[in-house]
Amino acid sequence: MSLLRSPSSEPLWKDEFSVFTADERYVTRRQFVKFLSLASLGMFVGNLWILARAYFAKTPAYPANAVAEVGEIPVKGVKLFSYPTPDDRCILVRTSEDEYVAYSQKCTHLSCAVYYSAKNDRLECPCHRGFFSIKDGSVLQGPPPRPLPRIVLQATGGKLVATGVQVSENG
Amino acid sequence: MANRDFTKQKRGLVAIDGAMALVVVLLVIQIWLLSAALEGFLAGHRGVALPAAIFSGLLFACCLGLNAFVDRVDRHSRRD
Repeated sequence: MSLLRSPSSEPLWKDEFSVFTADERYVTRRQFVKFLSLASLGMFVGNLWILARAYFAKTPAYPANAVAEVGEIPVKGVKLFSYPTPDDRCILVRTSEDEYVAYSQKCTHLSCAVYYSAKNDRLECPCHRGFFSIKDGSVLQGPPPRPLPRIVLQATGGKLVATGVQVSENG
Repeated sequence: MANRDFTKQKRGLVAIDGAMALVVVLLVIQIWLLSAALEGFLAGHRGVALPAAIFSGLLFACCLGLNAFVDRVDRHSRRD
C-alpha cells in the first residue's frame, strides 16, 4: 500500500476523514485518482490474461470426423452436428446438388445459434438480426464483428468428413 | 497569510484536477486497448496481445506516476 499512500505524519483516519471542507475536496479527488489507478491495474491484468491465453493456450486438434452421408440431406436442407468437440455446434447446409458448406453455429456477436434461412439463402442470427453469407460466412448485416468460422469438408467414400476449422480474418 | 494559503490550495486543486483528467484519458485508452486486444484474440490474431499488454502496462505505469504526483501535490498544498 506504500505505493498508493505516501508516508505521512498524520494517522490514516485524519488523512482520509478531514473535518475541514477545503481538505475534504482534496481527499475525494485523491481517492478518485486512486480508484482510477486500480481500474487501470484491472485493465492491465486483463491484457496480461489475453496475452497468457494467446501464448499458452493449446492449439485445438481437428480430427477427421464423418458428419453426414453424401445425399443424406436434400438441397437447401440442413443438418446439425458437433465439431471438433461435442460442445461446438455446427450447421451443415446443402446449397446445391453437389455443394455442401458447414459453419460454426455460434454467432460471432454474442454466441446465439444461427440458423439457415432457405428463403433468403443466408444464415441468420435471431437474437440481434445478424446475417451471414452462405457462400463464405461473411457478415452481411448486423452487429457480428467477424465471419462465422468455416468447417473444412471433404467428400470421402460417400461421406462428408470434417477435417478442420477455418477462421476468417477479415471482419 | 490566509490568502496565500488559499491560493496555494487552489493551485493544488487545479493540478490535481489536471492529473485526474489525464488519468481518465489514459483509462479510456486502456479500455479501448483491452477491447481491441480481446477482439483480435477472438478473431485469431494472436500477435496483437503482446504489444497491447506492453502498451497497457506503460499506461498503468503512467497512472501510478500520476497517482504519486497527486499524492505529492496533496501533501505539499494541504499538509505543509
